Amino acid sequence: MSLQDTKPLIGRVQEVGGLVSLSDYEAGGGYTAAHRALKQMTPSDVIDLVREANLRGRGGAGFPTGVKWGFAKGEPQTPGYKYLVCNGDEMEPGTFKDRYLIEFNPHSLIEGMILGAYAIGAEKAYVFLRGEYHEPNRQLARAIAEAGEKNYLGRSIFGSDFNLDLRIHLSGGRYICGEETALLNALEGKRGQPRYKPPFPPASGAWGRPTIVNNVETLCNVPAIIRNGAQWYHDLGLTEDSGTKIYGISGRVNKPGLWELPMGTPIRELVDVHAGGMRDGYKLRGILPGGASTDYLVEEHFDLPMDYKTIQDAGSRMGTGTMILMDDSICPVDMARNLQHFFAQESCGFCTPCREGLPWVEELLADIENGNGKDGDLELLDQNARYIGAPGNTFCLHATGAIEPLQSALKYFRDDFEHHIEHKSCPYREN
Amino acid sequence: MSTVELISPLTDEERYEIEAEIAHLPDRESAAIDALMIVQKHRGWISDESLRAIARFLDMSAATLDGIATFYNLIHRQPVGRNVVMVCDSVSCYVMGADSFAVKVQDQLGIKFGETTPDDCFTLLPIVCLGACDRAPTMLINEDLFGPVKEDELTEIFSRYS
Repeated sequence: MSLQDTKPLIGRVQEVGGLVSLSDYEAGGGYTAAHRALKQMTPSDVIDLVREANLRGRGGAGFPTGVKWGFAKGEPQTPGYKYLVCNGDEMEPGTFKDRYLIEFNPHSLIEGMILGAYAIGAEKAYVFLRGEYHEPNRQLARAIAEAGEKNYLGRSIFGSDFNLDLRIHLSGGRYICGEETALLNALEGKRGQPRYKPPFPPASGAWGRPTIVNNVETLCNVPAIIRNGAQWYHDLGLTEDSGTKIYGISGRVNKPGLWELPMGTPIRELVDVHAGGMRDGYKLRGILPGGASTDYLVEEHFDLPMDYKTIQDAGSRMGTGTMILMDDSICPVDMARNLQHFFAQESCGFCTPCREGLPWVEELLADIENGNGKDGDLELLDQNARYIGAPGNTFCLHATGAIEPLQSALKYFRDDFEHHIEHKSCPYREN
Repeated sequence: MSTVELISPLTDEERYEIEAEIAHLPDRESAAIDALMIVQKHRGWISDESLRAIARFLDMSAATLDGIATFYNLIHRQPVGRNVVMVCDSVSCYVMGADSFAVKVQDQLGIKFGETTPDDCFTLLPIVCLGACDRAPTMLINEDLFGPVKEDELTEIFSRYS
C-alpha cells in the first residue's frame, strides 16, 4: 500500500521527502490519469466521474466541481474558445495550503488542469498566482516547461487531438482578486473589481468567453479520482463529504503546520494530535476554522468534524480548512481590529457599505481597544454588521466575509467588549 | 506652451519582454499588469514618466493605466530602496506577535512603514498574509521569505542585503 492511496494530494511529497520532480511524479503513477482520459474517456465521462466522486471546491465555497464543469460543457466547442483558470491567488489570511501544493507537487496541479481543460473543452488555461509566491512561481514555471517537453502540454497531447496551452499570470496583489470575477478582470489586465453576476463565468468569463475557475487543491484532487474511481474517493472521507482535505493550523500550538487527512477529521484531533496541542501556559478560546473570513467556533464546537455541512450547521464555514487559533493571551477586541483592518484595506472600493462601512467598523474597534469606547458602540457594531454583512447589499461577498468573524466575536466574546468599554481599557495589555 | 512630453522611453529589453506577454493575449491592454511588473523589475518603481511610456506602448490612456497601477499592492508608484522589506500584518502573524515584531523591524532599520532608509538600501512596507502562517511571524525581503523570524536574528538578516 502506498501513501498515495490515503493521501492523494501530498502522499507522494512525503514518499519522496520533498519536491516531487517530474520523474518522481511519473514513477508514482503521475500523468497516467491524463493519458487514460484523453485516450479512452470522453469529456462527459470525466465530468460524470468527478461529479459522482462528489468533489467539492476547496477554495472556500464548496461548490461541486463536476456540476460547475457541466455548466461550460454545452458551450461552443470552437478550439481555444473557452478557458480554464486555476485560482492560485491564495490570500485568505491564515491559509497556506495551495502554496505547499504548488511548491512541492506542481505536476499534480498540471495534470489536474489537463483533465479539467479536457473535460470542459478549453485549449487555453491560466494559473492565477499570487505575486508574493516567488518560490511556487519558480517551481510551477519549471514544471510547466518540463511537461511541455514531454508533450503533456502543447499540441496533440498523448497523440490525441487535444491541445492545451498553460500559462502563469502573476498577480499584482490584492485580496479581492481571489473572488472569481475580480480574478478574471485582473487576468484581463484590469483593476481587480468584481463583476455583476449574472452572467456567471461559465457563460461569460475571461475576455467574454466561457470560463471555469477552480482552486489549486480542487484541481490537484482530480488525477487520483480518475485513476482510482469515485467510490474510492468517497470512501476516503469520514463523513458525507468525500476525499481528503488539507487542514492547517496556525497560532500558539506546539507544531503548527499542514496535514492531509480524511474529510471530516474532528477539530480536537487536529489541534491536540496533529498540531501537538496548545503550548504550555496557553488555553484555546476560539478558532477561525477556514481563514479570516469565517465565523469563530468556540469550546462547544471543538469535538465537531471538519466538513462542509457540520461546520455550516455550527454557524460558520469550513472555508479553506486552514484554522487560526485564538488563545487566552489574545484580546478578542484587538484581534477583531486586526481582522477588520485587513478587510477595510483590501476592499476594492466599489460598493459603499464595504468601502465606507469597514473602515468605520475598524475605527470603532480601535476606539474600544484603546479605552475610548462609549455606551452604544456595541449596538452600533451590531447594526453595522447587519447592514454591511447582508448579502445583496454589495456586488460580491467581501463585506459579508469580513463581517463573519466580527458578528461571531460580538456573540461569543461580548463580555470582553463590554469590559473594555466599562473600564476604558484593555485588560490584556496589563499582563 | 511647451509640447515636451514627460516620458521615459521603454528600453529594447522592456519592449521585448512586454511583447512576449502580449503575444499570448487577445489584445495589448490585457498586458497592462504584466507590463507594469516588467518595467518595475527593471526600474524599481513606476514613475509618471514610465507610466506614460507603458500606456503609449499598450495603446491605452495613462489615466486608465494609473487606475490599474494604483489598485495593486505590489506595484510601486513611489520610489523604493534597493531592497523592499515586507512584514506580514495579517491575523496568523498577529496572533504570534506581529505587532511587537513590526516595532523591532522599524527600530532595526531606523524607519517607519512606508519609509526608505537614507542610504536607499531598504524600503519598509506592511503586507497582507504571506501564506506561510505555520512560520509566523513572517517577512519577505525582495523574493526571499523569512519565518519564523526571531527578533535577535534581524541584524544578521538585514546585513545580508546591505
